[in-house]
Amino acid sequence: MTRPRTLYEKIWDAHVVEQRPDGTCLIFIDRHLVHEVTSPQAFAGLRASGRTVRRPDLTLAVPDHNLPTTVRKDAAGNKLPIADAESAAQLAALEKNAPEFGIRYIDAVAPEQGIVHVVGPEQGFSLPGTTIVCGDSHTACHGGIGALAFGIGTSEVEHVLATQTLLLQPAKTMEVRVEGEVGPGVTAKDIILHITGTIGAAGGTGHVIEYTGSAIRALSIEGRLTVSNMAIEGGARAGLIAPDETTFAYLKGRPYAPRGADWDAAVAYWKSLATDPGATYDKVVVIDAAEIAPSVTWGTSPEDVVPITGVVPDPASFADPSKQAAAAKSLAYMGLEPGTRMQDVAIENIFIGSCTNSRIEDMRAAAAIVKGRRKADNVKWAIVVPGSGLVKAQAEAEGLDRIFTDAGLEWREPGCSACLAMNPDKVPAGERCASTSNRNFVGRQGPGSRTHLVSPAMAAAAAVTGRLTDVRELMA
Amino acid sequence: MTPIEKVEGRAIPLGLKNVDTDVIIPAHWLKTTSREGMGKGAFETLRADPDNLFDSPEYKGAPILIAGDNFGCGSSREHAAWALGDLGIRVVIAPSYSDIFSGNAVKNGILPVVLPQAAIDRLMEVARTDPVHVDLDTQTVTTPFQDRFAFEIDPFRKMCLIEGLDEISLTEKSDAAIAAYERQLDTDRPWLRPAAA
Ligand code: SF4
Repeated sequence: MTRPRTLYEKIWDAHVVEQRPDGTCLIFIDRHLVHEVTSPQAFAGLRASGRTVRRPDLTLAVPDHNLPTTVRKDAAGNKLPIADAESAAQLAALEKNAPEFGIRYIDAVAPEQGIVHVVGPEQGFSLPGTTIVCGDSHTACHGGIGALAFGIGTSEVEHVLATQTLLLQPAKTMEVRVEGEVGPGVTAKDIILHITGTIGAAGGTGHVIEYTGSAIRALSIEGRLTVSNMAIEGGARAGLIAPDETTFAYLKGRPYAPRGADWDAAVAYWKSLATDPGATYDKVVVIDAAEIAPSVTWGTSPEDVVPITGVVPDPASFADPSKQAAAAKSLAYMGLEPGTRMQDVAIENIFIGSCTNSRIEDMRAAAAIVKGRRKADNVKWAIVVPGSGLVKAQAEAEGLDRIFTDAGLEWREPGCSACLAMNPDKVPAGERCASTSNRNFVGRQGPGSRTHLVSPAMAAAAAVTGRLTDVRELMA
Repeated sequence: MTPIEKVEGRAIPLGLKNVDTDVIIPAHWLKTTSREGMGKGAFETLRADPDNLFDSPEYKGAPILIAGDNFGCGSSREHAAWALGDLGIRVVIAPSYSDIFSGNAVKNGILPVVLPQAAIDRLMEVARTDPVHVDLDTQTVTTPFQDRFAFEIDPFRKMCLIEGLDEISLTEKSDAAIAAYERQLDTDRPWLRPAAA
């Protein structure tokens, strides 16, 4: 018997092409997701050096980052032009590069278009036990189905296109075990916000985090993708959740997933990936699921998390002087006073979307809260942006779009939208947004924007009350 | 990538400390589709001044840039190296760099020379009137006035720059190993090839 290994070590070992004397490994990449923003220079580099894409069959391109989320086709079905010249140029570049280099391309108006990290698992392109890269830092998302997935920069995108490999140093391993059952109103997003608040924004630095425990096992794939998505907000290179029957049931029959005898062989392999009994992690954190409340961020780092029943902390309450200074700066930016009850914070904007929370389960959770209610008058802008065209179609088939629009929320076309505000969806300076995305950084949702990260149900609750709200008060 | 061995020419005596990547290339240039042409955006805020060094007749197109401590700090954007390259810079001389920037510079064929502040001060003086000579092979910076400053560089980086090897070219040397891995993969996990949708 070989020594017991973790899930991460098994995936890593299976992808080493070559090991260099300094421990760096040439790692084979099974899946490469490409979008319009971080790829144009990579393709230009290939062209300039006369290179081709080594494995177009393992590459999938889809635009998402800067597409407008307003209607994309006119009444006659023709594509509407994108007003922003630079966004239009990036989209045009991808539309040209994908066919030129023989890459599968999902068009901006195709029914399956959506956010890369929603599309990958949804199409069965992302699979357990694979290595997945994409030029976006939330690629860790695919760890929810048990793939080793991480974000890369543009020169690495070019490197993967040309060689289907990356030079990497092995990471350390960290287990975050969430045991027990979560209470009512507590979702996957609250679990990951709570974890990030507990381990800190640098708690996972240099590590790949494997999320384990009964509370994680109990999550749907949608929920697991939400958890793994924010591994990077805890500083980790990637997140992982062991594939199990829930994973197999989710993937079976998806367009790019293996079929027939291939499917059986794949499942047998995936079952062998779980961390061996006796394998050890470099770091272990244990969390009691019962202690997790619906959570919300108060500052400009994703570690700035409190339960919705809590108050804005006093910077002086932090032991670390650099954290004290950072908290004071955050509060000044956020326009908040220490001691203010989170539930008294008024909200002007609502964003339900992003690769963290834009899958069908998220749409349902938000709709369940707004159903039969109206958006509060002080909420000026409330948009619901499904993660893909397929999520959108499913939600519409269930009548969720009507629930949102009847309540005064806007129902949009799929894309990244106000997660990073590269398209026209921006939160005005000085205004707050209850957002289901993953980053509350300064200016992330537009210059001067103030972001409070929450779950879809909590964002929906804020939409109807006009302030941050404990969703449990609105639950039947 | 163009190999670098000897670079001789005018050196822009910028001399500033903590030149961050926002100064090298402002954020709005991130929404571009090409590496080329980014030189136009290089040091855009400094070049808003009509009397700036970069566009002056003596220094226009100069291949060397002299700066202060911590050059290339701030956001990790690789666009900073692209912008410098497109501006025509082949060598930066400074007392220190951010790690990410010096890595990106080498990847893009730009030599980051580290010299102590005293040497920088002297080179700033020379650069005002005369050319500077950088020899990567002998790891020296010299001037027409008998100045001679030796610098250290990681041997691997030196080899990459002299041979003009980018990381892709290096990985391509492992082509046989990658091909062997791919063949094995088709045997071990044939289902990994995406089903035709
Ligand atoms: S939704 Fe946000 S985090 Fe996700 S892929 Fe788009 S920009 Fe990146």
